[in-house]
Amino acid sequence: MKTEELEQKAIDPGPDKIIGPGFNYTTVTDKIAGVVLKPIQTTPPQWFISLFIAFIFMQGLLAGGFWLLYKGVGVWGIVIPVAWGFAIVNFVWWIGIGHAGTLISAILLLLKQDWRTSINRFSEAMTLFAVAQAGMFPLLHMGRPWLGYWLIPYPSSMWLWPQPRSPLVWDVFAVTTYLTVSLIFWFIGLVPDLATMRDRAKQQWQKVTFGMLSMGWRGSAKHWARYQMAYLLLGGLATPLVVSVHTVVSFDFAISLMPGWHTTIFPPYFVAGAIYSGFAMVVTLAIPTRKWFHLEDLITMRHLDCMAKLMLGTGLIVAYGYMMEAFMSWYSGNPHEMFMYNNRATGPYAYYFWALVLCNILIPQSLWLRSTRQSVPRLFFVAIVVNIGMWLERFIIVITSLHRDFLPSSWGMYYPTQWDWAVLSGTIGFFLVLMILFVRVLPAISIFEVREVLHHLAPHVADDSDLAPQPSAGD
Amino acid sequence: MSETFWDRHGVYGMMAEFENPEHLLEAANRAYSAGYRNMDAYTPMPIDGLAEAVGFRRNWVSLIVLVGGLAGAVGGFGLLWWISVIAYPHNVGGRPFGSWPMYIPITFECTVLLAALSSVVGMLALNKLPMPYHPVFNVESFAKRASIDRFFLCIEASDPKFDRIQTRAFLEELHPEEVADVEK
Repeated sequence: MKTEELEQKAIDPGPDKIIGPGFNYTTVTDKIAGVVLKPIQTTPPQWFISLFIAFIFMQGLLAGGFWLLYKGVGVWGIVIPVAWGFAIVNFVWWIGIGHAGTLISAILLLLKQDWRTSINRFSEAMTLFAVAQAGMFPLLHMGRPWLGYWLIPYPSSMWLWPQPRSPLVWDVFAVTTYLTVSLIFWFIGLVPDLATMRDRAKQQWQKVTFGMLSMGWRGSAKHWARYQMAYLLLGGLATPLVVSVHTVVSFDFAISLMPGWHTTIFPPYFVAGAIYSGFAMVVTLAIPTRKWFHLEDLITMRHLDCMAKLMLGTGLIVAYGYMMEAFMSWYSGNPHEMFMYNNRATGPYAYYFWALVLCNILIPQSLWLRSTRQSVPRLFFVAIVVNIGMWLERFIIVITSLHRDFLPSSWGMYYPTQWDWAVLSGTIGFFLVLMILFVRVLPAISIFEVREVLHHLAPHVADDSDLAPQPSAGD
Repeated sequence: MSETFWDRHGVYGMMAEFENPEHLLEAANRAYSAGYRNMDAYTPMPIDGLAEAVGFRRNWVSLIVLVGGLAGAVGGFGLLWWISVIAYPHNVGGRPFGSWPMYIPITFECTVLLAALSSVVGMLALNKLPMPYHPVFNVESFAKRASIDRFFLCIEASDPKFDRIQTRAFLEELHPEEVADVEK
């Protein structure tokens, strides 16, 4: 099958196969590299429209960030007793979204899941961009972000050091390590494909750019042996790391004494929630990408089906977490805990709570049905709902515990301002801008790993020619 | 690696091109049996057993990662202990300064960070990357297809058994698509 044909019609091979028919080493390279190397005129119009809309949204971050730095954190709705507000809600939400990328690339690598291959690069990029959004919130929340370097232990003239027993300092280490490891994992995975891009590129500036980024990779067998060992070890290191990051984030809450936060179930249920929201985001982004660039034969229904099942599984763990929270607040006999849960379900934020139950527990149950998992629009809808639900979960956790704690005289309400919304939608816009640019300027699917899959699936037919019956095969 | 005649005369080696990885693997095994030692195979994706076939024996990456991870663990824990016991002792509710269980999360993160960085840096250093120039790219079909869909075996001129005529004859026997000299 010729490259042009492959680009025009992409046949989804259905829920059993991870790769469409008619691919060999050459055509799979042409197809994935083609998305990047095609002239700009052939980029699908939806890509430009989405980029434009995301870019407009991104201006919210610019405006909101500027106004915040000019006036101070008072422009946000954070008032005692709710000092954490949107900044922490959004921070936890974005960090959680990142988790699916590392799970796909590291844990599924160790478990040797073949369906990981077409989506790992894409979701690693998502991780990177989501963690970048997350990192902005604590810095902005500090009020004086230009002093952010005080978080790092360094010998300062003030003779002060960060408090290493504080979970907030643990957070600094966990998030910066997570960002660094995600970045190198993603980049190292890209190097062999950048070499392919270098060799495929037609224009000089592309050759030079990809050439420098690929660092002179030449595919030597000895290099591959070291590369695979390094990649496997990175996977092995990233696996406990991804579990530790949201555990540490949950410690920000669990180590405190607030009713509703001071529970031992937080770490596992935060990690499950993170993976839940992350898969929802991968599905949300993968569905339009495969459509725009005709990648249905590489990101197949099998990938979507597997991700839907993982969403269902982690969603059930999250539901169990909610039930345990309710049970423990009753079983503890502690009046503050019992009040806290009653207040969640019936207090001033009850609408948010029941919306959360609807989004995170009830609607995702439709994923039990094969027909939902096989239907792209329904799956897309469920994924969007879960994204919203997971944001609501963090809102409920942060706000309802803080706004009515031990002393009724210090109760209050939290109302987000327009600047809270501007910064939240601004980071969504920024994230989408980065994602949309990424799928166009770098190979969004790992080419060499798809070649490996082809090699393992059909060692002899994948070589050069006739996997497909066409006479013009393997050009 | 001592300099040979061919080394001095502008040839990096002799390269054979194959259409599929099985063929290359067999060729590499035969070249090794024939007594060639300084050679390398080039593929667009990792092939199981190929590195061993061209004489790759010891993978140092895992040891480097172990050392990096241990350094991160010791360094991270040491930093926290030094901050809270020596540099800035701070009495919080009468708890001991060296309350080590509270150091574990950061120690863990430092371990992972240094181990991960050393795996990448170690792998690149052992592979001698970044490398802006390498003679194998002088072979036209290598530059075009080695990272896409062709499989190459290169016997280097630094090999004591290397001989421009005999090595070419040997490589021809393996039924490659093409045999080419690799200019320096």
